[in-house]
Amino acid sequence: MHHDGKNDDEKLNDQGTGFSRRDFLKVGGISLSVPLVMGARTVNVAGQDVKIYGPGKVHISLDINAKKYAAEVEPRVTLLDTLRNELELTGAKRVCDRASCGACTVIVDGKAVYSCTVLAIEAQNKKITTVEGLMDGEKLHPLQQAFIDNDGQQCGFCTPGFVVACKAFLDKHPHPTRAELGTGLGGNLCRCGTYMGIRAAVMQVSKGGQNG
Amino acid sequence: MAEYKWPDAEKRSLIGKRISRIDGPVKVSGRAKYSYDLKRPGVLYGKMLRCPYAHAKIVSIDISAAEKMPGVKAVRIIQDVGKEIKWAGDDVVGVAAIDESTAEDAVRAIKVQYEVLPHLVLDNDPKSAGENAKPVAATTLGDPAAAFAAADVVSSEGLYGNRVITHCCLESHGMTAEWTDANSLLVHPSTQNVSGTAAQMATPLEIPATNIKVHQDHIGGGFGSKFGPDSWGIESARLSKQAGGKPVKLFLERAAELMVAGARPSSYARVKVGAKKDGTLVAWESESWGTGGPGGGGSPPLPYIFNIPNQHKQHTAIANNIGPARAWRAPNHPQACLITMSALEDMAAQLNMSPLDFFLKNIDLTGPRAHIYRDELQIASDLIGWDKNWHPRGDKTAGPIKRGLGLSIHTWGGGGHPSDCDITIQPDGSVELKMGTQDLGVGTRTALAIVVADTLGLPLEAVKISIGDNSYPASGPSGGSTTIGGISASARRGAVDARDLIFAKAAPSLNAKPEELEAWGGVIHVKTDPNRSLTWAQACAKLGGMPITVRGKNPGPEKLNDQGVGGVQMADVSVDVETGVVKINKIVAVQDCGLIIDLKTAESQVYGALIMGVTYALYEEKVMDQQTGTMLNPNMEFYKLAGLGDIGELVVHMMTGKGYDERGPIGLGEPPTVSPGAVISNAVANAIGVRVGTLPLTPDQVLAALEKKGGSNASI
Repeated sequence: MHHDGKNDDEKLNDQGTGFSRRDFLKVGGISLSVPLVMGARTVNVAGQDVKIYGPGKVHISLDINAKKYAAEVEPRVTLLDTLRNELELTGAKRVCDRASCGACTVIVDGKAVYSCTVLAIEAQNKKITTVEGLMDGEKLHPLQQAFIDNDGQQCGFCTPGFVVACKAFLDKHPHPTRAELGTGLGGNLCRCGTYMGIRAAVMQVSKGGQNG
Repeated sequence: MAEYKWPDAEKRSLIGKRISRIDGPVKVSGRAKYSYDLKRPGVLYGKMLRCPYAHAKIVSIDISAAEKMPGVKAVRIIQDVGKEIKWAGDDVVGVAAIDESTAEDAVRAIKVQYEVLPHLVLDNDPKSAGENAKPVAATTLGDPAAAFAAADVVSSEGLYGNRVITHCCLESHGMTAEWTDANSLLVHPSTQNVSGTAAQMATPLEIPATNIKVHQDHIGGGFGSKFGPDSWGIESARLSKQAGGKPVKLFLERAAELMVAGARPSSYARVKVGAKKDGTLVAWESESWGTGGPGGGGSPPLPYIFNIPNQHKQHTAIANNIGPARAWRAPNHPQACLITMSALEDMAAQLNMSPLDFFLKNIDLTGPRAHIYRDELQIASDLIGWDKNWHPRGDKTAGPIKRGLGLSIHTWGGGGHPSDCDITIQPDGSVELKMGTQDLGVGTRTALAIVVADTLGLPLEAVKISIGDNSYPASGPSGGSTTIGGISASARRGAVDARDLIFAKAAPSLNAKPEELEAWGGVIHVKTDPNRSLTWAQACAKLGGMPITVRGKNPGPEKLNDQGVGGVQMADVSVDVETGVVKINKIVAVQDCGLIIDLKTAESQVYGALIMGVTYALYEEKVMDQQTGTMLNPNMEFYKLAGLGDIGELVVHMMTGKGYDERGPIGLGEPPTVSPGAVISNAVANAIGVRVGTLPLTPDQVLAALEKKGGSNASI
């Protein structure tokens, strides 16, 4: 994110150091030629090349829904917070923020993951699909339509995570039994209690053979 | 004179059908923007320093280091030196900074000294609560002493209870507040009370309520816990003011959400029941207690529904140092239901009666809805196969898996809250309804569209529904299951008046009187001669160049809603007596709710209530540690919600048609949440032959109850 018209303190702090410019110089004694946004450096550790990111914001590039996105984030920032706060992709929700509830589920290289527990820097060079990427233009994915047909949502806050988790699940289990469904989708939680609709939605798509 | 009454079944084009919610597409696509999702231009992030002690006095606060930190834009003391804090997690200082991590760093840089005071966070025994225990006056009905003496069977005293649970809304509580000028505020809250938020913020902020604009498109769960702006809402506005009016987004972190933003009061009771040999209930005695935090707890209505002729009741409220109580779907009813239905089921077991026969024997004690319960018990028993599957207490089959059935009945009020709406019809025929209500996920938008479209004879898509803004006509908070009654009546009255205005414009060209017209299938025609007709668009063109706007109101002429419903639930569970794990096989819910507007979303509400019920029956507990005074499980790993594999088979049967529809819509958010704890507890007792007195029915509780299998009333 780039902001104009800010004072120096703000600009520096946008890089996430948590220090004022004066403190920064005093503490580190680092020359001002240190770039404020750094890419990864490669360091050889015990005979292996290891990428080192940070401190401060680093430039990252992400492949989301078949589009390239660029952002500048601190290495400690999660994929979820990057999606939501930097890229305006707010379909994935932050609920538990600790890999318990699945509201933040996205697909990374074909696998459903909790984006609250993946660092954005780790998600580079991988294919990421979020709920925003499931529609074909303005046409809903058959699974999304099945969620509507079977009323698989109430307040809707867990719904995007569930839709994505169901997509990943069906990709691997096109014709699940109800028991498989209970286990395979057990990593997503709903508070309103929409599981009956979700179960029916997955079964509808499974029967329809439209697991595209 | 306009006729507002609900149309007869054959004249309903949409009402009562199975209709998909109209905001489904934005929700499944991730496009729905909740207040939590908004990133207002120049937004700052608010965080709160929370008191780590359950009871303490603030001795000193030093915010100087935080104020000097780069990126920190506002620091405000919320509760100052000398203030007594009454629960862990209460907010002391607020901070706004350019990003969340800076705000968190600033909170860590604040130094607060506390004088730690003695605390009480447990609620298991009023005798150990000392002066925190506040007895409520005892009530006596009839002559309980004589009735117990004359009873053939008196139950051994049972102890039943519900622990404190929290709402755990997936979208946490909070808002983004920003000053659009020195005296005007714009807020995007997560609230069940769009129209009532400004008035609650005006006094603390010392500005006129009319200067506060409130907007919310979607809310990620409320369940009774989001009626006010709360201290964090007020604080986001104050931090924004200090930061020059920039938006401050302050939503609770998950731990705070569970610690301070919702506690359903606990309730425990020692109960004695007296009956005749034939099962007739004659006497009830209960000594109950519970807590809802610093303010004590509500008193459950005991005995629940069954108005036993002789009663003696004593309740004690315990004030303790946990986050304050909030309304949770059907306040006090699930607690009272668990206590009563457990005690009655135990009595049935003692009488060697099937609880179904026992309930039917005493059904007249339920009052005016006795006939509804009788019908519902019959339907539920058919759906669960009661006659085939029920057995006397204790499954005698071999092996560790024991199966059992349980039942329960419940009630709730409902009614319709005050609600206004504006319906505008444009000369091109397009229609919009505006109402300052909110859709908690129950399908409020969809219900409004159904009522308006059905009344105007239009397809659902022809009606635009605009809600979630306090510039629209005011509508009540979504609580007490009063929303559907209020909003449907107001929309119906407005739509009838709007339709009649169009009839008046169309009548001359159809050579008819307005009252001879009917709107159906996108056409306005003469009732007796459907060939004399205008399309809706042709009729609206007769408005000339200007739209019309009609105000719909509730309350208003003719009775369009009602209150008082009855429901029956039955559960079939399996219990592994080696591990103590309870598994739901099936739950049946039979529910009346007057006239159903949308059968699909109505059923969803009941399914949801059952699932939330499975969760509180089996998993949920706000675990408090007396040593530290804090909550031990403020996260979603150890504060457990049921998952998709935990719910078994759920069957919902809605009572509709004659005898129900005439009452008009009655809210459904609460009634079906009342019984699940009781039915599951009763089914477990039937399976394993011993009562697990207190929810949740966790494996350790089940095994502990089995351990002292001395009788049907083994206590917690």
